[in-house]
Amino acid sequence: MKDLAEAALNAAQVKGASYADVRLDEHVTQDIIVKNGQLAAVSDDASEGFGVRVIVDGAWGFAGSARLDKAEVEQVTDRAIRIARASARVRSAPVDLGPPVTSRGHYRTPLERDPFAVPLAEKVDLLLRADAAMGSVKGVTIREGSMEFIRQAKLFASTEGAFIEQELFESGAGIEATATSPDDVQNRSYPNSFGRHQGSAGYEYITALELDRHAGRIAEEAVALLSAPQCPSGVKTLILDASQTALQIHESCGHPTELDRVFGMEAAYAGTSFMTPEKLNHLQYGSRNVTITADALTPTGLGTFGWDDEGIPAQRTFLIKDGLFVGYLTSRETASVLGQQSNGTMRADGWNRIPLIRMTNVNLEPGDSSLAEMVSETKDGVYMETNRSWSIDDKRLNFQFGTQLAYEVINGKRGRMLKNATYAGITPEFWNSCDAVGGRAEWRVWGLANCGKGQPPQVAHVAHGAAPARFQHVKVGILK
Amino acid sequence: MKSMEVVRLTDEAELKQFMTRLLQRSPAQETEVMVTEDDSALTRFANNGIHQNVAERDATVRVRVVKDGKTGVASINQMSEAAAADVLKRAVAIADLQPRSEVVPMPGPAAARRVDAWSDATASATPEERADFVETVCAKAGRAGLKAFGAFSTSAGQFAIANSLGVYNHQRSTQATVNSVVMGDAGSGYADRGAIDVRELDKNELADEVIDKAQRNQNAQPVDPGIYEVVLEEYAVAEMLEFMSFMGFGALAVQEERSFMRLGEQITGEQVNIFDDGLDRTGIPSSFDFEGVPKQRVELIKNGVASGLVYDMQTATKEGRQSTGHGLPAPNTEGPFAVNLFMKPGSAAKADLASDIKRGIWVTRFWYVRVVHPKASIITGMTREGTFLIENGKITRPVKDLRFTQSILEALNGTLALTRSTKLQVSEYIGAARVPAARLKAFEFTS
Repeated sequence: MKDLAEAALNAAQVKGASYADVRLDEHVTQDIIVKNGQLAAVSDDASEGFGVRVIVDGAWGFAGSARLDKAEVEQVTDRAIRIARASARVRSAPVDLGPPVTSRGHYRTPLERDPFAVPLAEKVDLLLRADAAMGSVKGVTIREGSMEFIRQAKLFASTEGAFIEQELFESGAGIEATATSPDDVQNRSYPNSFGRHQGSAGYEYITALELDRHAGRIAEEAVALLSAPQCPSGVKTLILDASQTALQIHESCGHPTELDRVFGMEAAYAGTSFMTPEKLNHLQYGSRNVTITADALTPTGLGTFGWDDEGIPAQRTFLIKDGLFVGYLTSRETASVLGQQSNGTMRADGWNRIPLIRMTNVNLEPGDSSLAEMVSETKDGVYMETNRSWSIDDKRLNFQFGTQLAYEVINGKRGRMLKNATYAGITPEFWNSCDAVGGRAEWRVWGLANCGKGQPPQVAHVAHGAAPARFQHVKVGILK
Repeated sequence: MKSMEVVRLTDEAELKQFMTRLLQRSPAQETEVMVTEDDSALTRFANNGIHQNVAERDATVRVRVVKDGKTGVASINQMSEAAAADVLKRAVAIADLQPRSEVVPMPGPAAARRVDAWSDATASATPEERADFVETVCAKAGRAGLKAFGAFSTSAGQFAIANSLGVYNHQRSTQATVNSVVMGDAGSGYADRGAIDVRELDKNELADEVIDKAQRNQNAQPVDPGIYEVVLEEYAVAEMLEFMSFMGFGALAVQEERSFMRLGEQITGEQVNIFDDGLDRTGIPSSFDFEGVPKQRVELIKNGVASGLVYDMQTATKEGRQSTGHGLPAPNTEGPFAVNLFMKPGSAAKADLASDIKRGIWVTRFWYVRVVHPKASIITGMTREGTFLIENGKITRPVKDLRFTQSILEALNGTLALTRSTKLQVSEYIGAARVPAARLKAFEFTS
């Protein structure tokens, strides 16, 4: 592998590249799905290849291939160079990467139990037990459980002298119960929605979820939701569980602080951002309860690694400090525009894609409240749990979310279960209304393995540390 | 393996031999092998310049085996004999390690009608040609005092599927797509195009549309949310169809009682006719599905009546009928999927759609659409890059983007007019839809 990397870098320099890097990447993914008491799917997918990224005449070119041999490396490097020369014909300012990056080293995800060494029967058995527990609840019509395990070995080398090898692991699992009536469908999932909860960890992460222990509860909730009243419309106090708070962070803080979006590099697809550079260190993004970090060192986070895909070491940086907007997620190219150095957020979703600015672990730092305390202090509110739908505009201001489960909160007590709960708002107004964040005891790292960005599309695996949080004067019950 | 000169795809005869050898080597009672191979490139631009420019060449060999009533699936992205042996071994190992479970049957051989989905011009498109296209859009935007953003992609690929029951189907295809956002200081416009043949993408026409939209969409002012009569351009109509397909056109969604489709009932206005046709070359055709079953045309909504569903092998077997050729790659728990969608055009001219509207909203496109309630077909999303107020039959001014929360069936129930012209809209995910623009009586904007 090292030979192929050196061949690509040499060829790129000989052919006129002022900078080149190469990534060799091997991915193995195992997916298991149990549905309605049957093992519905087991698959084992492998993908390997390499990508060469070059700068020629101040412009980018990239090419990748699944064929791992020297002749292909030559051909693909030629292709990247030709593409870069075509880019140079229609470029804006020449690319400036800032200071050279010469990182060298090796990183491996800390894990207790290699998920690929765990027998398939053990994994299937756990999912079947959870399925049976859901199936014992009358009225559940669809039960599904899944697991996913990923092992990624990647090598990064650049003409600046960087040489990094990383071996990354992910383990994830989740269950879902659905109940239907002639005119309604309601579902509950555990621990999160989006199919499963995932972390950079070994099989111990799955064991700790105790899927079978929670299966009966979510099945009962799914059935109860069919006859629950609709979430009322109004302006109320909103309490979010930690997983929905995590998605709120993702959509309304993670994405708008991506500096490539701010510079228009995603304008034709994912959109831009309301958090423009003149607002840096001036915008009161949230209340003083709101401190948000990007922390690629968070244990079990899907955004945890040794170095990003430009060779920048993993680090912790502030995006929002005591409510004030103080930082972006950056790359070498975008950081240099602001006179900064990259804070290490460039990741590609495979050998065949260029790295983009991606969230690492964008965390809402713990506060000093608790869910029980938030409920006890609320006169007229709604508690919402586990995401069901999510939508936000292209500048990341106007959002609307729905959750699977909700309860009314009246005079400090949890009241009736509510269905089809939704809430909407404008990002800075919403975060400035945050008057309580749960403490460390309720703070948890939530993995999101479905973050889309870029053309051609890429899916990043990111995470958010979050605890339950409370917001005042929020519009709820949009769906009448 | 020898390769074509331009896009470097494996020769079909050689590909077939590779798949046949793999099937012959399998110890399982039934084996299926699916191969996809793609050579693609994409030139991305922002602020009137190219900022990302990429190409890739990849392949996937996916093997499904059924052995002693147990199924295993494995894939690899290499096409060597060693890789074939490895992927087969892994699929068999998975089958051997698991308990017996329901087996999705494999289809027997049936002739799939060949469809022409290939363009040499697209397959041989160069980075210089993509740069020329982008340069024109950027230069025109620059001359108008605006900035262009977007992406232009060309791809060529082949897809083949064979199984031990005698199925062998092969198709090669090309695709070219371009999208652009053009921005001024106080607003933006949008346009996109997609085609099999890159020569059908007219850079001047695209640039003129997106620049005109951007110029008209400056300094938008807010308008009160509420229920409005609307004109939805083809971009928005296609997205509604895609979400209908996602939520309810597949047989599994109906079998699991989560679909909005109530077969035999009037569910939309009578003007609405929606069908799926993988063989129609005015879409992005595909002659067979990911199980190797030939595509059938399926009437989904006929004169407003829910009239049909798409099936794969599993859902068809459950109902004792034939698959319509809408299966996804194994293993699949999502059910069949309609990916070649068409909405029958009406008779209106697009320029006349607003002429009878006293007060309404003109929507260019939707953004970040998500399902709120699948059985009620309720979605939410934002309008984006060209939302206008219609007053007394005329577009009078741009308005700030609005959020909608709306049942698709209820919206289509108020279909007042459809254009006679249609536009091909290539999906961001899979497939495409060819649709007219629509005038709808009521559409709810919630913020």
